[in-house]
Amino acid sequence: MATTEEIRADLAEIVNEIAGIPADDVQLDKSFVDDLDVDSLSMVEVVVAAEEKFGVEIPDDQVKNLKTVGDAVSFIENATA
Amino acid sequence: MPLKRVVITGLGATSPVGGDVPSTWSALLEGRSGVTALTDDWAEPLAARIAAKVAVEPGEVLDRVKARRMDRSTQLAMVAAEEAWADAKLDDAVDPERLAVAVASGIGGVTTLLANYDSLLEKGPRRVSPLAIPMLMPNSPAATIGLRIGAKAGVHTPVSACASGNEAIALGIDLIRLGRADVVVVGGTEAAVHALPMAAFGQMMALSKRNDDPEAASRPWDKGRDGFVLGEGAAVMVLESAEHAAARGAEVYAEAAGAGITSDSHDIAQPDPAGLGATRAMKRALIESELAATDIAHINAHATSTPQGDVAEAAAIRNALGAAADGTVLTSTKSMTGHLLGGAGALESVATVLALHHRVIPPTINLDDPEDIGLDIADKPRDLPAGDLAALNNSFGFGGHNVAVAFRSA
Repeated sequence: MATTEEIRADLAEIVNEIAGIPADDVQLDKSFVDDLDVDSLSMVEVVVAAEEKFGVEIPDDQVKNLKTVGDAVSFIENATA
Repeated sequence: MPLKRVVITGLGATSPVGGDVPSTWSALLEGRSGVTALTDDWAEPLAARIAAKVAVEPGEVLDRVKARRMDRSTQLAMVAAEEAWADAKLDDAVDPERLAVAVASGIGGVTTLLANYDSLLEKGPRRVSPLAIPMLMPNSPAATIGLRIGAKAGVHTPVSACASGNEAIALGIDLIRLGRADVVVVGGTEAAVHALPMAAFGQMMALSKRNDDPEAASRPWDKGRDGFVLGEGAAVMVLESAEHAAARGAEVYAEAAGAGITSDSHDIAQPDPAGLGATRAMKRALIESELAATDIAHINAHATSTPQGDVAEAAAIRNALGAAADGTVLTSTKSMTGHLLGGAGALESVATVLALHHRVIPPTINLDDPEDIGLDIADKPRDLPAGDLAALNNSFGFGGHNVAVAFRSA
């Protein structure tokens, strides 16, 4: 079972690939929209890439709740627990 | 009221023979072909396995994150637009509400469409990119350029198959003449070197099958021609009202004097065999430009290297210019670049403008056994005389579109 930091690091890699944000900037307290400049279409890409990477399903109606990197990491942790 | 004069103050290109305007122009003058054999697995079953891919991959030039949000046709257009925009030195020198874009594509984001269809079939709808629509829509190159330069006077995408690039230039001239903009970034782009478009053009018997000798495959007016070679690339020009350019002391390459647009109303794919629509387009361009047939020193012909088209165009040139056709020198730069479809008119207009600017016509290569078309074709670079000169660039497209653009030396 992956640690919180491992999930964050993998997610940071995805955000870097899609939005070009340095992986080190993708920290748990950062907001995707306000801090990382991930727009709504890129957020869909991040979600789909995360589903593939972590083998989870992130329903569309959950995506709006994933405001910060920490929200996403928690969701993935719970879904894979 | 006399029509406003429109001048060209910036040029950009990424083509099968060069990644920018200077390298493209020197390759054209050297007579260098950009056609190569396709070694990809997908090309193997095709009858025509040659194409003119761009000399410099757009990914080498563009920011990676921005590029991944663009179809290849938009990537190429952006490379050309960045060069043209920098060349025109217009940053902060034009009111955004007086700045427009008219950039065309013949097919649009076809490789994005097909790649997403592959994802849909293989992995399901959840794997279709949320960026697919903004990437594949044919107006994406124009819209992306408009966003980059902050154009607020309208962003346009004329679509008329292989005449699209020229039609975008014609539209840009109109926008300035109608007072709707002071500056219009115009051009065309295409990136369709993919199995499906190549199979489809192949089924129309339109492509050259000279697979064993790619550089000799595009041979306009040569008796051995057997079809066109699909090319990719983009070219962009900055059109500006002469007053606006003069007020800021801009360097001017040439004048975009006017255009003629006609339609054959004959057939969806075959050109009118008598070339009447093409003839009328050239005549209209002369009238609108207030040029006489004897002013036309040079024509960059559509001449794609198809058995019928090249000869029909030659007849149309004779009909349009009459006896003055004897005094004009033709070339087809497609002999080197292949046929860029919606990018063709733009790239060839850049070549036409540079021919007037540098006073030299790039050659038509592979003209070993020319058809007797009764017109003078430059098979080597041909110097143009000093003084006031004009030139035409022709583009014709499936659907019966004919667009001739006239340029006057600055």
